[in-house]
Amino acid sequence: MTNRSPISPAINPVEENRQGTIGKALDRVDGALKVTGRAKYSYEYRGVKDTTYGFIVGATIGKGRISAIDTSRALAAPRVLAVLTYQNAPKQAPLHPREPGANRYDRSEPFLFSADVRYFGEPVALVVAETFEAARHAAGLVSVRYVSDEQAQFDLRANQSRAYKPKGVNAGMKTDTSEGDFDAAFGSAPVKIDVSYYLPYEHNMPMEPHAAQAVWEDDRLTVYSGQQISATAQSTLAKTLQIPVENVRVVTPFVGGGFGSKVPVHAQAVLAALGAKAVRRPVKVAQTRPQMFANTNHRPECLQRMRLGASKDGILTAIAHDVWTQTTPFDEFIEQTAAFSRVLYAAPNRLHRHWGVILDLPTSDIMRAPGEEPGSVAQECAMDELAVALDMDPIELRIKNEPQDDPETHLPFSSRSLVECYREGAQRFGWSNRPKRPGTLRDGRWLVGYGAASAMFPTLMRPSAASVRLSADGTAVVQTDMTDIGTGSYTVLTQVAAESLGLPANKVTVQLGDTRLPKSAGSGGSFGAASSGSAVLLACEDARSRIAQLVANDRRSPLAGADVNTIALRDGSVVAGEKSESLQAVLSRLAPSGIEGKGEHEGAEKQPKYSSHVFGAQFAEVGVDIDTGEIRVRRMLGVFGSGRILNAKTARSQLIGGMIMGIGAGLTEESVVDLRDGSYVNHDLAEYHVPVNADTPRIEAICLDEKEPYANPLGIKGLGEVGIVGVAAALANAVYNATGVRVREFPITLDKVLGGLPEATAT
Amino acid sequence: MIPFTYERATDANDAAKAASQPGARFIAGGTNLLDLMKLEIEKPAHLVDITRLPLREVEITNGAVRIGSQVPNSELAAHPLIRERYPVLSRALLAGASGQLRNKASTGGNLLQRTRCYYFYDTSKACNKREPGSGCAALQGFNRIHAILGASDSCIAVHPSDMAVALTALEASIETVLPDGSTRTLPIGELYRLPGDTPHIETNLRPGELITAVVLPAPPAGNQTYRKVRDRASYAFALVSVAAIVRVEAGRVRDARIALGGVAHKPWRALDAENALRGKPASMESFVNAAQAALAPAKSHGGNDFKIPLAQRVLTRTLADVAGTEAAA
Repeated sequence: MTNRSPISPAINPVEENRQGTIGKALDRVDGALKVTGRAKYSYEYRGVKDTTYGFIVGATIGKGRISAIDTSRALAAPRVLAVLTYQNAPKQAPLHPREPGANRYDRSEPFLFSADVRYFGEPVALVVAETFEAARHAAGLVSVRYVSDEQAQFDLRANQSRAYKPKGVNAGMKTDTSEGDFDAAFGSAPVKIDVSYYLPYEHNMPMEPHAAQAVWEDDRLTVYSGQQISATAQSTLAKTLQIPVENVRVVTPFVGGGFGSKVPVHAQAVLAALGAKAVRRPVKVAQTRPQMFANTNHRPECLQRMRLGASKDGILTAIAHDVWTQTTPFDEFIEQTAAFSRVLYAAPNRLHRHWGVILDLPTSDIMRAPGEEPGSVAQECAMDELAVALDMDPIELRIKNEPQDDPETHLPFSSRSLVECYREGAQRFGWSNRPKRPGTLRDGRWLVGYGAASAMFPTLMRPSAASVRLSADGTAVVQTDMTDIGTGSYTVLTQVAAESLGLPANKVTVQLGDTRLPKSAGSGGSFGAASSGSAVLLACEDARSRIAQLVANDRRSPLAGADVNTIALRDGSVVAGEKSESLQAVLSRLAPSGIEGKGEHEGAEKQPKYSSHVFGAQFAEVGVDIDTGEIRVRRMLGVFGSGRILNAKTARSQLIGGMIMGIGAGLTEESVVDLRDGSYVNHDLAEYHVPVNADTPRIEAICLDEKEPYANPLGIKGLGEVGIVGVAAALANAVYNATGVRVREFPITLDKVLGGLPEATAT
Repeated sequence: MIPFTYERATDANDAAKAASQPGARFIAGGTNLLDLMKLEIEKPAHLVDITRLPLREVEITNGAVRIGSQVPNSELAAHPLIRERYPVLSRALLAGASGQLRNKASTGGNLLQRTRCYYFYDTSKACNKREPGSGCAALQGFNRIHAILGASDSCIAVHPSDMAVALTALEASIETVLPDGSTRTLPIGELYRLPGDTPHIETNLRPGELITAVVLPAPPAGNQTYRKVRDRASYAFALVSVAAIVRVEAGRVRDARIALGGVAHKPWRALDAENALRGKPASMESFVNAAQAALAPAKSHGGNDFKIPLAQRVLTRTLADVAGTEAAA
């Protein structure tokens, strides 16, 4: 093997996996804390005296200006301490520039800073009271008068002609890329597909609502807030409040889901800090579920046009993927939706382009697999449509167009098992039973169909640090400001450390989610495990190397004089060849106060030599009720080429969690904008339909035995997001296979297939 | 939430009296009222808790079944009498809400739950039901879930209950006690009102009038079923639902009771469909005709256009299923 990752340690115990801790289906180490209610979430801290409660008042116009605010009734209400508005809020830094810099999550995020209203539901006041109930009641007593901007725009389609070309798109990707001559190739292609798809706004909606508690001690601020990346939350708060970054501490040891929405700092954290400053007491602020629709993340609405040109035997000659996506006048977020088609299939002539459409709505932002999820819908539904046009099996069509290298960068893939995923999945799923003609497979009153689609997500690694302290009693404590947003970070980092230190997992404690700990990349972009896990591996290697030095130089040790590079930590002992000494004995004698190891790396190479992604194949079987058009998923299978698996259980949970969220994207989730005022109409979980248990059938996720030699020293691929990718397309393709109805507007609800079903009298 | 006073009633008469004062409301399971109070859509000054009243029995007398108004939905759905004699009711109950909500929700409270219209729940929007005279934001807004039958220009909201649809088909009646201690019985058809120009007045109950029981007459002969069509498999309100009781003899429909849910301001008794069906052959043609008769007066508002063909289709199929089984037996 050549060109190992630049941060590879001298000894890689994860690769050796002598103990077998790596890959084991270890139960979540924080599981007991969570199911017994002892895991403390940000709103639950009671350690602080005199806590008060803030409640947000949201704007009730879509765009315009506050002409008058009367807070007198609210201030006169019992137990109310303060009402903050733009007129009296503590000073903050100006709003960040519209175009994102290198890191869109590390920037000022002020609230209550202007009389302007940018979007429906934007905070216009914060009421602080001694109880939550008093604050909420008084919030209703704040009277705000507005002047509405009649020119406000809320409709994507109506504004598509006014689209503009952004300088770049999310994740630092290029707005447009091209190769060859698409127009000529598409013009002369014997078989063509030219189709457009509409995808709605979707909201992340983690179960733990966005909540924060802020405590000032002199000029030092502690914020308990559910965040995915501790360090950027700290930096954002410092920038917004214009205080030194070292004066801000963010505490976020447990996070009840994020899906991207807890990467940014949202209103509750900033307002809690402002409120606490104003009343000189700690303040808790939680967003209500309806408030979360306006004031946390959501995926933007988009229109996608997909053109595919192919030879008669199904070789793609031309691919064009054009995307129009919602963005705002005050913050540019352009989801990298056309990035998916840049990586999937070979074709000599290609075009991948994005446009932004500015609407007066809350800013869109990252949601699980930003870019890849919506992009996979257009690419993978269009592939299915092309297969129909070619009268070819859609999986065979995809396999025929498997590229030799990354179609965009022409770098070799570090590993890519898409074809194997399809072959294995087709066999397990019984793909050969798929009806060749749509609408021909019946089960009682159900029309049954099969669909498949590809999944892909980049394999990334970001700079991270960690430390480990080994005590003389043979236990270890790992520290990093990494977060566990339900993904299993505590557990997989425990496994990495245990294997690296030669200890049982129950001797290792992992501490996360506090900016006082070594800085990590946090949770996002599916880079969490690779980034923080590599740092933990390096910290353990540092500890091993220190211990090796000690024993090699200690005449009393049986390992005296051994080559430090061959001295390993195994089974609670320090080992070199046949010689060994117990770790506890070594530490008691040579380092009674313990050994600390530190690990830090700079992330993946800036100029990568390989293209690294996780690929997968999604399979779905749906039933469509022949009378009502109700669509129910009958079973799903995802097969992934995912490198080494750190924990079979948490990996599976990540993948099936993503697949379930994909059911939402395909069939149920849509945040409807009222085009008259820019509000979200169905802004609660009764009417914003996420899949419930009854919608979630037998789902299997399989990880192929794949070796990833380059992306990171652990040989892993992040699995937090890839599970959602391709699911909506697989479901859409299955609905077509079941009914012959091709729905290009998502989510696929029963009203969209009803017109294409047989007459009600059909038997 | 606006501050309020609270009392726990121990006697139905006293409860009715207490609730007749201005601004007072009963509270039982609170599965709807508490949400509405938090949103300041319901603003009671005084709550009369009726959960401890001795109204939790399901009894059979002279062939009729009397259900105390405090019987929880989950208990009622599982009750052997209901399962055996009124399966349409058991199915309707189990099609509603979630296990947790059904454990809390009472029979009387289920009848009186309020609409799930998005605009009713959003105090920043016009709603004649919430604020008489303010207008109806749903009429020109997003109205996918709204009414196609019996609506008005003032309100196109629908009643969300599944249970009440089954009770309508079963011709249940409602027993109440009034603040003066008198009692009365209303057929369920007379409990609810259409919106007209007073959509804020949803029932014909008088101030303080307390529902003490729901009485089911002996079950009509024939097969019963409840079919609910919704956007996800559980925990979603009906787009359209059908409660049907059909009796077929010698290949002809002797009698039919049909009620539709999710289509109107109240559970919608489809008398036109029943009349179209009675005496006709138990055939697909008759079912289609009956469904067309039921939906003939339907009017949609854009977002809910699909509900008319959907209701026709699901009614046709439900009739075929319920009659077909009977014919075969």
